[in-house]
Amino acid sequence: MTTININGQSHEVGADPETPLLYVLRDELALNGAKFGCGLGQCGACTVLVDGEAVYSCLLPIAALGDRNVTTIEALGTLAAPGPLQHAFMQEQAAQCGYCIAGMIMRAQALLQKTRSFTDEELRAHMQPNLCRCGTHMRILRAVRRAAETMRAAELSTKHREATR
Amino acid sequence: MNAINNTNLLSRDTLALSRREVLAGGGAVIVSFSLSPVHAQAPQPQSPPLPGSLKETPLLDSWIRIDADGSITVFTGKAELGQGIKTALLQVAAEELGAGIERITLVTADTARTPNEGYTSGSHSMPDSATAIRNAAAQVRDILLARAAERLSTEIDHVKLRDGTVRADDGKSIGVGELVGDDVLHVQAQPTSKLTDPANYTLIGKPVARVDIPAKVTGGVAYVHDLRLTDMVHARVVRPPGYGANLLEVDVGKVEALPGVLKVVRDGSFLGIVAEREYQAITAMRALAQAARWSETSALPDPASIYTYLQGLPARDVTILDRGTLADASNVLTATYHRPYQMHGAIGPACAVALFADDALTVWSHAQGMFPLRRAVAELVGLAPEKVRCIHIEGSGCYGHNGADDAAGDAALLARAIPGRPVRVQWMREQEHTWEPFGPAMAARISAALDRGKITSWQYDVWSNSHSTRPGTAGSLLAGLAVAKPFPEPPPALIPQPEGGGDRNAIPIYTIPNARVVNHFIPGMPLRVSAMRALGAYANVFAIESFMDELAKAAGADPVEFRLRHLDDARARDAVTLAAEKFGWQSGTTPGRGRGFAFARYKNLAAYCAVAVEVSVEHETGEVRLRRAVAAVDSGEAVNPDGIRNQVEGGLIQAASWTLYEQVGFNTQRLTSRDWSGYPIMRFPAVPESVEVHVINRPAQPFLGTGEASAGPAAAAIANAIADATGARIRDLPFRRQRVKAAIGV
Repeated sequence: MTTININGQSHEVGADPETPLLYVLRDELALNGAKFGCGLGQCGACTVLVDGEAVYSCLLPIAALGDRNVTTIEALGTLAAPGPLQHAFMQEQAAQCGYCIAGMIMRAQALLQKTRSFTDEELRAHMQPNLCRCGTHMRILRAVRRAAETMRAAELSTKHREATR
Repeated sequence: MNAINNTNLLSRDTLALSRREVLAGGGAVIVSFSLSPVHAQAPQPQSPPLPGSLKETPLLDSWIRIDADGSITVFTGKAELGQGIKTALLQVAAEELGAGIERITLVTADTARTPNEGYTSGSHSMPDSATAIRNAAAQVRDILLARAAERLSTEIDHVKLRDGTVRADDGKSIGVGELVGDDVLHVQAQPTSKLTDPANYTLIGKPVARVDIPAKVTGGVAYVHDLRLTDMVHARVVRPPGYGANLLEVDVGKVEALPGVLKVVRDGSFLGIVAEREYQAITAMRALAQAARWSETSALPDPASIYTYLQGLPARDVTILDRGTLADASNVLTATYHRPYQMHGAIGPACAVALFADDALTVWSHAQGMFPLRRAVAELVGLAPEKVRCIHIEGSGCYGHNGADDAAGDAALLARAIPGRPVRVQWMREQEHTWEPFGPAMAARISAALDRGKITSWQYDVWSNSHSTRPGTAGSLLAGLAVAKPFPEPPPALIPQPEGGGDRNAIPIYTIPNARVVNHFIPGMPLRVSAMRALGAYANVFAIESFMDELAKAAGADPVEFRLRHLDDARARDAVTLAAEKFGWQSGTTPGRGRGFAFARYKNLAAYCAVAVEVSVEHETGEVRLRRAVAAVDSGEAVNPDGIRNQVEGGLIQAASWTLYEQVGFNTQRLTSRDWSGYPIMRFPAVPESVEVHVINRPAQPFLGTGEASAGPAAAAIANAIADATGARIRDLPFRRQRVKAAIGV
């Protein structure tokens, strides 16, 4: 058995330790977000966060995780209470087939956890590893910028509340 | 003309997000069979044609069901492919039934439940299915109103249907569930319907939020890939190293002993593995591939001379336009254009789940045609079609006929070997890249003559393989060709005009007095090919619209003005004019950049789409960047303008990727573009700075469909912009760096 930390919970999983994280997320933990796209680290459909960094879950064996924390799109919010990125993707209608979108959101999440201020060029460079075939790129970029603005505004209002307390 | 602004139409605060379960009921294994009454009831021979797919499926309750509890279910034979069709269909149904879309359950392509509407392809879903559903819904509403008026002892003009309740002017009301006894909706549709007046629309023409997006962004069950049925097992197939290779021998002993392996399935050259867990199946598949020995028989043509090779194969020549007398050959401009093999390139490799139980088979698939798939799969496994049920569940975007049907065939064969357990099979990346049927390589030659600034003569010849090898029959599935007793491969089909296949959009839309167009249909297929978004229209519009710029230059005319000079169709002129105006065509381009324009009416009978682009060309490297794009589209009545924008923008960016980068690689033995490194597509740093789509809405006009309209114009606009920026005319796709460098003489 291997112990892995997924979305704040510790799980004992029976898969062979060589098994890439993607298959454990999907088959053993019934998490749909991360998708199989290439198994080669070329498309980003399987992107999740490991200790805040975007990684290809199709390449990372669970044995290599150690006690690091894995975050998948399921931890960002729910249908009833979507997180800022999920909400922004809905607002911008930033999906066509949507198969790449969970990976897109997780890659964007890695950026937004570090900074909410970036140039358009920086955003494009950051998103470079992830492929979209439907041509939804413009909307995806808009959605990430929208989420960044939402998060910035929320921080400002929190700071403002703290300052005036 | 009602041009909808491209920004902020999506009401940011009023997005009504459906909480509808995407796969309501999809998690349960329900194997039921009901024979559709549809085909027993053909329309009366004398009656005028019924609207849309009502022609083939005329009973109202095939489309709209209202239960005694008042719940409303709408059925479509079309499938959600990520194009947003579910939402648009719900909008038209809800509009005519006076209900919010959240009150309606939509059932998509399912051989046990829905009408047979063939394939979801060709931008047909709006004209076929939305037209049928809208008319059926309006007729259902009127039947309910008439019944309600009778029950409430009033006249039909004094009752209204709203949110499932009919209310009379005097305040009396009755729920729709009470009105639907006696099979009242089990009646033939009428040729005409009382459709809602555009002035009273509450849903049609509004950018309603797509019902499928919430699940897709929150990790819900959204795809066939996400199905997790009770006792489900995982499978993989081992495909041959190349076309036509046969399995000589395979030592399965070691593979069968691997952890989790349930069965190795071999039938002739069909080889698969079933295991308890997915990664066990992958590990076993790799071992099985190592243990297999194949005979490679087929050789591929030399890619360096592929067009000559194809044009040298026997062809069936069909003259599709012959008007007037062509100009003398000495007096004409001539050019030849080429389009390589290109791939659909789904991000998610093909997947299917199949369950064989009680001598019946259920297949969950993301293929485009559940009824045609049922026929093929039934033949493959030797069951009567009534014993096979095919249910569409979304997959990764397909953009045409990719590996989805083949994966369903694989799942069916593997499920037959493990009765009682649902078998999920997904292709690996290299299988998707090397076994999907590609968009065919094509050549087009144009000769034209000018007189006083106008085209007087036009000859067009196009050479292409078939653009549809869809199932069909078991012989159109990879598994059907691989089994020990292979099924006959059906002869490649020519899709006739007016829609056409290789000759789709080969007839120029422009007014030209003397013109001849010949389709050279080449049955022999050295590479596996089939329908890819826009079919031949991509290459034909690229060729024709590139050549229009070459002719404009020869005539000393502005490219937009030159097109208008030859365009009589008022709607075509509107699209061209709007795109030019929104782009700022008159004001020219930024220094160092080039501008390009192109226009087509898809299939010459569907959506009008004009595209203007700005590109930059880096002299030292030959790198072309698409900087800015503006499109104007007229899809007839716009049901969901944001859906139309999303499709046109997506088609444009996808076609920009085809045009700038994409070409299937092969040598004389094998395909060499085996993954994304061997078949690069557009990535974020290269997408344009801005893409605008302007929707020309035509209320009360027929739906024309949208999905494929922008591909051809995007390609030609880019070619024309490169010519504008560099003076070099490049007639061979794609415009990779080396080709551009060579063309501009670096």
